[in-house]
Amino acid sequence: MLSFIVRRLLQTLPIILAVAALIFVMFSVIPGTFASSMSDDGRSVLDAEVMTRMNKEFGLDDPVYVRFGKYIAQLATFDLGTSFRTRQPVADVIAERLWPTAQLAIASMLFAIAVGVPLGFIAALRPGGWIDTLSMIGAVSGLSLPKFWLGLMLMYLFALVLGWLPSFGYGDGSIRYLILPAVALGVAPLALLARTTRAAVLEIMNADFVRTARAKGMSESKVVRWHLTRNTLVIVLTTIGLQFGTVIGQAVVVEKLFSWPGLGSLLVDSVTLRDIPVVQGSILVIVLLFLLINMLVDVLCAVIDPRIKYT
Amino acid sequence: MKLRANLLIGGVLFAGVVIAGIFAPWLAHTDPVMDANLMYAEEPPGQEFWFGTDAQGRDIYSRVLYGARISLTVGIVSQLINTVIGVCLGLSAGYWGGWWDDFVNGLTNMMLAIPSLIFALAIMAILNPGLTSLLIALGLTNWSFTCRLARASALSLKSQGYVQAAKVLGYGDLRIMLTQLLPNMLGPIIVIGTLGMGGAVLAEAALSFLGLGIRPPYPSWGSMLSDARDQITTAPWISIFPGLAIFMTVLGLNLLGDGLRDILDPQARARRA
Amino acid sequence: MTAKPLLEVENLRIDLALGNKKFAAVQDVSFTIGHGETLGLVGESGCGKSITALALIGLLRDPLAIGGGTIRFDGREIQSLSASEMRKLRGNRISMIFQEPMTALNPLSPVGRQIAEMFVLHKGASWREAERLAVEALASVRVPAPDRRVEDYPHQLSGGMRQRVMIAIALACGPDLLLADEPTTALDVTVQAEILDLIRDLSAAKGTAVLMISHDLGLIANMCRRVGVMYAGKLVEERAAEDVFRAPSHPYTSGLVASLPLLGARARHGRQRLKEISGVVPPVAAFPTGCRFNPRCYAASDICRANDPAATPLNSGGFVRCHHHE
Repeated sequence: MLSFIVRRLLQTLPIILAVAALIFVMFSVIPGTFASSMSDDGRSVLDAEVMTRMNKEFGLDDPVYVRFGKYIAQLATFDLGTSFRTRQPVADVIAERLWPTAQLAIASMLFAIAVGVPLGFIAALRPGGWIDTLSMIGAVSGLSLPKFWLGLMLMYLFALVLGWLPSFGYGDGSIRYLILPAVALGVAPLALLARTTRAAVLEIMNADFVRTARAKGMSESKVVRWHLTRNTLVIVLTTIGLQFGTVIGQAVVVEKLFSWPGLGSLLVDSVTLRDIPVVQGSILVIVLLFLLINMLVDVLCAVIDPRIKYT
Repeated sequence: MKLRANLLIGGVLFAGVVIAGIFAPWLAHTDPVMDANLMYAEEPPGQEFWFGTDAQGRDIYSRVLYGARISLTVGIVSQLINTVIGVCLGLSAGYWGGWWDDFVNGLTNMMLAIPSLIFALAIMAILNPGLTSLLIALGLTNWSFTCRLARASALSLKSQGYVQAAKVLGYGDLRIMLTQLLPNMLGPIIVIGTLGMGGAVLAEAALSFLGLGIRPPYPSWGSMLSDARDQITTAPWISIFPGLAIFMTVLGLNLLGDGLRDILDPQARARRA
Repeated sequence: MTAKPLLEVENLRIDLALGNKKFAAVQDVSFTIGHGETLGLVGESGCGKSITALALIGLLRDPLAIGGGTIRFDGREIQSLSASEMRKLRGNRISMIFQEPMTALNPLSPVGRQIAEMFVLHKGASWREAERLAVEALASVRVPAPDRRVEDYPHQLSGGMRQRVMIAIALACGPDLLLADEPTTALDVTVQAEILDLIRDLSAAKGTAVLMISHDLGLIANMCRRVGVMYAGKLVEERAAEDVFRAPSHPYTSGLVASLPLLGARARHGRQRLKEISGVVPPVAAFPTGCRFNPRCYAASDICRANDPAATPLNSGGFVRCHHHE
């Protein structure tokens, strides 16, 4: 198992490097890097002397390859650079935002798993039945909803009309503030999980080994408990992992809508303010989280599925 | 039964959006950008303004119609770019193999590691907001599934007898790829493309909502929603109609994609794409 | 007065529902199996052998269903049994081995546990007790080091080993009837004989009756006293195994026998081409009128194309379904 984890880590490392390089290249070719970054719309001109001084301070005068070398060396020590705007270390700025994003992602995935997986399961038990038809119509609708619009509608209904929940913000960090953004973000993975679970159950229901189980004289409920659940779980778990990553990416919109102080709104604000080191750092951290989660899921799958370790 | 319902409803929804987009100048009541009139700001839906008016007094119905043009353009063009990139890379990688295959594989893995909305957002960050930038940002960031599929089909097809026969006959690589391999993987690629279009429409709306896509005053559904939050208490219709339009368009494309999948890609269920 | 047979199948019909239409995939199939007896069922793929077996164990699934006839097991008509009564029969008194040992076992469950389930289901054993019995069951199918093998997952075992596990499962509760559906088809030739020996020895030792299904007439002749030949959903001939070989009555059976390579035949008759039966089994929706074999039969005449032949008893025992039987 340990060697599996190590191998998986080694596979991930080049991807991280490639992403870091890509992000660096993308942002080092932006015209007017720093000077424009200090003005909101990138158009007003700063005093030439100030510009030179600042370019020197941030090492922007060096040739690109030198800057890239420095950048990678920095990354190796978990130094993500300094914010153009606040002069704070980017790592500190991001660290503050990590927990709210994690909260949001976990809450929305829990919601998606808790509703989506059982829904897909029930739907698959009677394919073509009314529960199946309704839930699959619901699923395709859920996948088609723009998250920020759903969030807006939820906000309107539950916060403004009914007044049950706060409309936006992080507040004191209590769960009341978390509910609406988590639901808005969780509906799409919920829909996808319901579809995947249904497909997985249907596939396994027709598998030969389930026929063997029935030939053993097993009741349907035992077939489900002894043979279906575990096998479905492996397939569903992979989807959960991928969706977890997608949710972190999609959180940008929902965080922005609900003024949630997470990584996503940090990223959008930094893009608007052209605070490049923070943009680079947030994207890199988001990718790292995404890869980390998928790795965890792979390991989890390997624990459940004995075939994976050896291949 | 369900198969037909998918295609029918999806087709009708999508056709509706296409018609709205094409005939927007005739169907619209006012000019979507110029006809602002603060006299009529935040009018609720009614006889004169079917969907109400926004904070600048513009007719939301007309703006929603014109918004279809932007969504469709972005959806279709960016997905075409993705498909072309994905097919070119995947097909050649699967067919040629070797270092090129390794390279494409690495590239695909990297693409899959970056959430596509984040990638598109990063590209929008270095380009200026606008339609062209959107097409580039969304066209470059969502080809990995097409690429994987094209690569896998090319790998399995190239050992088939008729492809070998074409090789023996001295057909060039390009000719074999285009005439022997491509037609045989078209079905699933069309399916992915249709679903991808829906994704692109959603991504455009999201980026415009964040102020990084189409900028106001141009009537993109996403940008219409971006200032709607502030008026949601006083004028919820400003938010409702553009959102419904996005939902209907994407739902149409998703249903169409699911329906096409049942017809064109019978193995899809096994692959669980 | 002979004892009542273990299994009596009378005029069994199995319907295949395609859209709104129903087609009889299996029709007029009647046979009996006595206690401890071994009956072979032979025919090309698609002739209805496997679904007949699935009907016997009550595992036909949509779009297939029993459309008529009776199946009496130990004097009780199984169609009249409730689902839970049927479950008590299934696995416990009637069990089944499938063709594909690769997929017939759950890939995520250790094989010992999959055997142990039988004891928990039917013998009321605790899991701990059942796991111990599983080791014994594995030993009885001649798996080396069974105490360690029980912890293996199916993918760690060879095809032959997996089929042994299947046999251990099928025979765990000492059933009265074992349905073996092409149990060796998916295995290496070298392993086939071992598996067949195992099935023969164990069923003989426990007094288990066997319905052996195969497309391989040679294998059936080796294993079974009596043979039923199926073609396109009908039993066309049923007789003692040696009679089938010596003097096949149905043209289809003759064809099957003639297509067998005979040891020493080349020495006696010189080099000869093996005979084959031309054509393929028609699909269920396109069964021909009259005798279903007539389009492929060398002896077909007008009556064959018009009327379906009835089962004619033969002097030597058994029956044949042919207008022109020899």
